[in-house]
Amino acid sequence: MFNTLLPYLLAGISVGGQYALIAVGYTLVYGILRLINFAHGDIFTAAGFFMIYLTASLPIGISIPLVIILTVILGFTVERVAYKPLRSAPRMSIMISAIGVSYLLQNLMWYLTGGLAKQYPVLPGLSQTIRIGSATTKVVTIVTPILTILLVFALVTLINKTKIGMAMRAVSKDFETSQLMGIKINNVISVTFIIGSAMAAVGSLLYFTNYTAVTPTVGAMPGLKAFVAAVFGGIGSIPGAMIGALIIGICENLIKAAGWTAFSDAFTFALLIVVLLFRPTGLFGEKVTDKV
Amino acid sequence: MKKLLALLLAVMLLVPAFAMAENVIKIGVFEPSTGDNGAGGKQEILGIEYANSLKPTVTVGGEEYSVELVIEDNQSLTDKAISAAQSLVSKDVAVVLGSYGSGVSMAGGDVFAEAGVPAIGVSCTNPNVTLLCDYYWRICFLDPFQGTVMANFAKELGATKAYVLTMLGEDYGVGLGKYFVDAFKGLGGEVVEENFTEGTSDFAAYINNAVSNGCDVVFAPCATTYAALIIDQAAAQGVPFPLLAGDTWENSAILNAAKGKDIKVYCSTFFDENDDAAAAAEFVSGFKAWLNADSSKMTNNGGNDIVAAVSALGFDAYNVALAAIEAAGSADSAAIAEALPGVTYEGVTGAIAFDDVGDAKKDMAYIKFANPETGAFDFVKTQSVGQ
Repeated sequence: MFNTLLPYLLAGISVGGQYALIAVGYTLVYGILRLINFAHGDIFTAAGFFMIYLTASLPIGISIPLVIILTVILGFTVERVAYKPLRSAPRMSIMISAIGVSYLLQNLMWYLTGGLAKQYPVLPGLSQTIRIGSATTKVVTIVTPILTILLVFALVTLINKTKIGMAMRAVSKDFETSQLMGIKINNVISVTFIIGSAMAAVGSLLYFTNYTAVTPTVGAMPGLKAFVAAVFGGIGSIPGAMIGALIIGICENLIKAAGWTAFSDAFTFALLIVVLLFRPTGLFGEKVTDKV
Repeated sequence: MKKLLALLLAVMLLVPAFAMAENVIKIGVFEPSTGDNGAGGKQEILGIEYANSLKPTVTVGGEEYSVELVIEDNQSLTDKAISAAQSLVSKDVAVVLGSYGSGVSMAGGDVFAEAGVPAIGVSCTNPNVTLLCDYYWRICFLDPFQGTVMANFAKELGATKAYVLTMLGEDYGVGLGKYFVDAFKGLGGEVVEENFTEGTSDFAAYINNAVSNGCDVVFAPCATTYAALIIDQAAAQGVPFPLLAGDTWENSAILNAAKGKDIKVYCSTFFDENDDAAAAAEFVSGFKAWLNADSSKMTNNGGNDIVAAVSALGFDAYNVALAAIEAAGSADSAAIAEALPGVTYEGVTGAIAFDDVGDAKKDMAYIKFANPETGAFDFVKTQSVGQ
C-alpha cells in the first residue's frame, strides 16, 4: 500500500511546496494591502521566461541570481506603476488594476515569446533522477519541501525579529496609525512585493525544473491554486499558506491516485468551499475583530 | 496648396484601384501559430508558403492570376478560431487551407459553410470535420484509421494493457483516443482511460497511475505542449513501457523532450522525409534548401531542417487548391466548391482523390520513433489496416 502511494505523496509534497512559494506572495501582499495581487501568477511565469532567455547566453550560475533580481524588479515596478497611484482609491479599483496587469503581462509575454511553449533549461543537480524506496523521481522533488520550509522559516523570523518586520506587522494591523507613527508606508509595501516576487522566482525555478514547458498562460493554474492555498491556510498567515499549499498539493495527487483524474481540480476548489463554510478565516486565519 | 493636396489624395485613392485591376486570387491560410498547437501550425504554414513560392500564379479561364496567401492565426483555440475564420471570409478569400487541429477546424467550418467558401483540411484528422460540414474537404487520413493503426502497432510491441490519456474537451485527442480504445479492445487488449484538464502541468500522478495499473503501453494523443511534459515526467520516473501517440507528436518539441533520456516514443504520421518516391524526394530537397536560405523560416520549423509531415501536407493542400481553381475555371468560391470533389492530384504524401464525404482516400500511415540519441525521427515502418 505504502509503496503504491509513495510516488503520489512525493509528487504531492513537491508540487505543494511550489504552490507554497507562490502562496507566500499572495498572503504577504494581502496581509499588508488587503489586495489580492492577481498579477502574481504572471510574475511567476515571467520568471520562467527570464530563465529561458538568460540561460541561452549566460551560464546557469549567473542566470539564477539574475532571474531573481529581474523578477523582483518586475514585481516592484508593477506595484509602483499600477497599485501605488491607487493607494487612496476604493479597494475595488486597485483589484481591477491587478486584473488588468495580469492580462497585460500575459499578452506581453504572448507577443514577445511568439506564443509557443518553450523548453526550460536543465538545472544540473536538480534535474537528475534519484530512487527513493519504490519511486523514481527528480532530485527537485526532494529539494522543494526542504527549501520551502527553510525560506518560510527565514521569512517568519524576518517578520518577527527585525525592524522592517515589525513595521510590516504594524502596517498590517492599522494602515493609518502606523503612518502617523512615522513608518514609511511605501517602503514597507515595496519590501513586501520584493519578498513576494523573490519567492515566486525561487518557486518558478523549482516548478519548471519539474514541469519543463513554459507558456505565457502556464502561471494561471498554479497561481490560482496558490491563491486557494493562501485562503485555505488563512490569508495573511505565512505558515498557514505553506500548510494550505502542502495539503492541496498532496490531496490533488491522492485524488488522481484514486482514479478521479478529471475531478482533481474541482476537488481543490470544493475543499476550499467546505473549509470556508466551517472556518471563514481559513485554517490559521486571525479572528476578525471589528474596531469601533 | 489645397488643390495639390486634393490631387495627391485622389492619386492615393486611385493606386489601390489600379492594384485591384491586376488579377489576384486570395487563398486563406487558417492555422494556429500561437497556443498549444502553434509549433505544428507554423510548420504547416511553411509547407503552404513553400508551395506558393514554387507556383505563385494560377491560370483561370486563360488569364494569369497571382495567388496571395492571407494568413490568420486561430491561436489553437476554438473561440478564437471563429473570429479568425470570419476575418478570412471578410477578406474575400476564394478558398481556405487548414487547420492543424480538428477542434478549430470544426469551429471555423460553420463560418466557411455560411459564407460558401470551400475549405481544405490539411492535417485535421477527426471524422466530424468533413462529416458535419459540407464545405470541408480533407487531404489526410482519419482518426478511426490512425487509432486502429496505432492499436495494431501497440499489439505488435507486445502490449496487453494500454493506458490512454487525453485532454478533456479536445476534439482531436478524445476522438483519436476512443478509436484506439475500440481497436485495442477488439484485438483482445485491456485499457485504462484517463483525462487531464486544459493547463495541466503535473503529469506525475498520471504516469504513476499507468505504472500502478500494470499498463505496458501509453497512448496519449495530445498537443505537443502537454506531450513534452508527459515525456519528461515519464522519463524522470524511469518508466519501462513505450509512449505512443498520433500525428501531432511528430514535432521538434517531442524530439527535444526525449533527447538524451531513457524513453521510447513512437508516433504515426502522414509522410516520411526519407521516402524515395521521386516527387517526395524532390519536395524534401527543395524544402530543405528553402528553409536553410532563411533563418526565420528555420526558427518557425523548430530550429532545424527536419521536414515535418504537416509541411508536406501543407504543400499538397496548396497544390490541390490550385488544381481546384483551374478545374473550376473561375476565381469564385462557389465554382471552386463545385469543382473540388472531382479533383485528383498526385501529391508528395500520396495520391489524393475525394470520397462522398470529402475525405481523401488514404490508407497508409508512417510510424516513427523519436531517437533519444540522435534527436531525430527514425522511420520504423509503414502500416495500413485491412478492414
